[in-house]
Amino acid sequence: MAGISAFGAYVPRYRLGAETHGWDSAGQRSVANFDEDSVTMAVAACTDCLSGHDRQEIDGLLFATTTPPYAEKQCASIIATALDLRRDIFTADITDVLRAGTTALKSALDSVAAGSAKRVLVVASDSRQGAPKGEAERNSGDGAVAFIVSDEDVIAEQAGFYAISENMLDTWRSAGDRFVRSWEDRFAIEEGLERILGEAVSGFMDKEGLSVKDVSRLALYAPDARRHGQLVRQLGFQPEQAQDPLFGRMGNTGAAFALMLLAGALEDGSPDQLLLTVSYGDGSDVLGFRTTSKIQDCRPRCGVSGYLDLGQMLDSYETYAKWRDVWLTDSSSRRPQAQSPSVTALWREGDQNIRFYGSVCNQCKYVQYPPQRVCVECQTRDDSTPIRLSDQPGTVFTFSLDYLAGTVDTPLAIVVVDFEIGGRLLCMMTDREVSEVQIGIPVEMSFRKLRVVNGIHNYYWKALPRRQAASSKAL
Amino acid sequence: MSGIKDRVAVIGMGCTKFGERWDSSAADLIVEAAYEAYEDAGIDGKDIQAAWLGTVASFRTGQPLAAALKLDYIPITRIENACATATDAFRNACYAVAAGIYDIVLAVGVEKLKDSGFSGLAVAEPAGADVTPPVPPPSQFALAATRYFHQYGIPYEEGKMTLAQIASKNHHNGTMSPKAHFQREVSAEQVANAPMVAWPLGLFDCCGVSDGAAAAIITTPEIAKTFRDDYILVKGIGLAVGAYGVLRNDWDFTHFPESVRASQAAYQEAGISNPRQEIDLAIVHDCFTITELIIYEDLGFSPRGRGSEDVAAGTFSLEGDLPVNTDGGLKCFGHPIGASGIRMIYEVYKQLQGKAEGRQLKDPTLGLTHNLGGRPGSFTCSVALFGTRD
Repeated sequence: MAGISAFGAYVPRYRLGAETHGWDSAGQRSVANFDEDSVTMAVAACTDCLSGHDRQEIDGLLFATTTPPYAEKQCASIIATALDLRRDIFTADITDVLRAGTTALKSALDSVAAGSAKRVLVVASDSRQGAPKGEAERNSGDGAVAFIVSDEDVIAEQAGFYAISENMLDTWRSAGDRFVRSWEDRFAIEEGLERILGEAVSGFMDKEGLSVKDVSRLALYAPDARRHGQLVRQLGFQPEQAQDPLFGRMGNTGAAFALMLLAGALEDGSPDQLLLTVSYGDGSDVLGFRTTSKIQDCRPRCGVSGYLDLGQMLDSYETYAKWRDVWLTDSSSRRPQAQSPSVTALWREGDQNIRFYGSVCNQCKYVQYPPQRVCVECQTRDDSTPIRLSDQPGTVFTFSLDYLAGTVDTPLAIVVVDFEIGGRLLCMMTDREVSEVQIGIPVEMSFRKLRVVNGIHNYYWKALPRRQAASSKAL
Repeated sequence: MSGIKDRVAVIGMGCTKFGERWDSSAADLIVEAAYEAYEDAGIDGKDIQAAWLGTVASFRTGQPLAAALKLDYIPITRIENACATATDAFRNACYAVAAGIYDIVLAVGVEKLKDSGFSGLAVAEPAGADVTPPVPPPSQFALAATRYFHQYGIPYEEGKMTLAQIASKNHHNGTMSPKAHFQREVSAEQVANAPMVAWPLGLFDCCGVSDGAAAAIITTPEIAKTFRDDYILVKGIGLAVGAYGVLRNDWDFTHFPESVRASQAAYQEAGISNPRQEIDLAIVHDCFTITELIIYEDLGFSPRGRGSEDVAAGTFSLEGDLPVNTDGGLKCFGHPIGASGIRMIYEVYKQLQGKAEGRQLKDPTLGLTHNLGGRPGSFTCSVALFGTRD
């Protein structure tokens, strides 16, 4: 029976909260750093999920989001390359609706059930932008979640599915809109959320011959904490059945939200539980899962709870507004306009820049990055093996803190990383407090967006201080 | 290999005022430097048989030199080799004379940086995948400073003060150097407390970004005798290019192998065994204060890790055993990239001729220039030695 065989998540490090100057809300929400987007967060969630799994066995990747960086150009292929998956896999973006995450998961389950794929990676990731200081901004969060769908080593078997498709303009963004729009909330809630979810959940129960009492955990989409509580009751559930929706800690992560709550339920799960995932957007998907005995052996490297515990409060709303380009600034140091990267070079260097391969010399075993035709140690020509460095731990050999490099993230931490297996890299450090940047600190690599020039989203790897919560499980 | 020692001579040199030369084009700067060199040598443009133009970003070919000076359809080659560009132009000119191909040649270095509209270096890199981090030069050298302090257990405040003394020394020398970009005393305390640019390097740890040009007329020693008595002989030239530092886990960031190798090559050519004792002055590539500190050690002036002791002792001041950057260095003379190498030779030339005005040393006979282009881990380094005629 097809189901979930592994899961992982990613919540960005930074939070807006009561201590954030200019953020007029007591509740916390997660915010992507300036160099993160739905693609980079997806890579992070997949990495969390793939820990301990063979990446070569993944047969497909489905990427769900409402905030793809490209309107035309697949993002799943970027993610698959950054994860160093095989090339002979199917990849797809499932976008444009908050329900995209569950739709992707359902599609993967169907593929595995039909026998067209053995292991499919599903990742939902979102960084939706509400207008500054508005309700959507206040209740949203940024994050991502990933699952391996398979019929082997299943920790939660699929247990039913029901869907409703209904054309509904309650929240939307047109092409070119920066901020989420919505209709009057009383209409949107009553004729949208409450009516459609009621119909979807009761439809699921009727179809599967189940009742709400059979549900151990409900992973329920809702736009904010108050509506979440109301919906739980209106759908006939007891409050204790509801998986903590993380409002006040993370916020509504859009297409990833219901699935992040499912991941949370799996983290806390025990065998033989019925988990119900209910998403919303132009209708609803209701997906049931029954946990197996294998659930106790499956833990992500960090997971939703692990990443939530790593939160770091932002001092000021202004910082966040600069990150989101909502607050336009005259850069502290004027720099020449960035040139477009060469697409040809990006393509040619895909293995070293996106898969993040170094090379290890077959003669002398010296590890070098970027890969070298002629070995720097023994000068042997064209006799090396690629080695993926993206999941290799390293330490800082030396660093600089640059106040004039023209970054949003002043000072720019520039570090020289020595990988434990050999190889050295000069790179940027992100998700860092200035006080953390020291010689000898352990680091890990993170896939980030460098800049957007000529409509090209240029991704590459940066170092970040190694996550404390992750140290118990190998990278 | 017979080497370059005593095979070529410098008979004339010119150098513009360095600085923000808003009213001068690169061609204007070339004319200013070249005509000073012509007059110094007592030649005119018709005497020049071949020329080399060093520039990093101002021109792409040799043609602008012909256009500026109206040279007579002679061979001109444009040279670019990072911050060592001008010394490399000079080197190629020397080798052509030593090979017996030409009798009198011209080497010019020029850079017009201040038309960019940006306060730092604004030299465009070729388009590529553009994923290498934006590491401006101060940060590149800050990586060396951070590691230097760490490796030798130097507390931050102490390390900053050593670097500050280097900057303060060069500022002092610059006050006696009329063509220097900056001519103002700056105390070590002012340097240490300046705004941070790239931790641990502050504003006054960085050299100036300037416009300027410098020129040299090179000939054989035999012909030189017919022009003047106080010509200067080239004693050795070393050029070392490396690009392996950041590929190697075992490189320490606290020494620059390119400087070591280039200086060893030049010392060997010149027959120098004890550079600290034998060299009377050194004009080195102090793009940042930490660079000058590491150069003391790479060139064999100070033992490894102990350059700061010599700084404290005043060894490298005008009055010290081995004055370094008597003209203010890149720090104060300024750094029009493609001109700096020949500007350094200009200072050695003037010092050896006894024409260095208020900063004149007592009877120097052997001077060194050191020119370093690139970044820690990937440098072009050239070291040249010059002596008075025997």
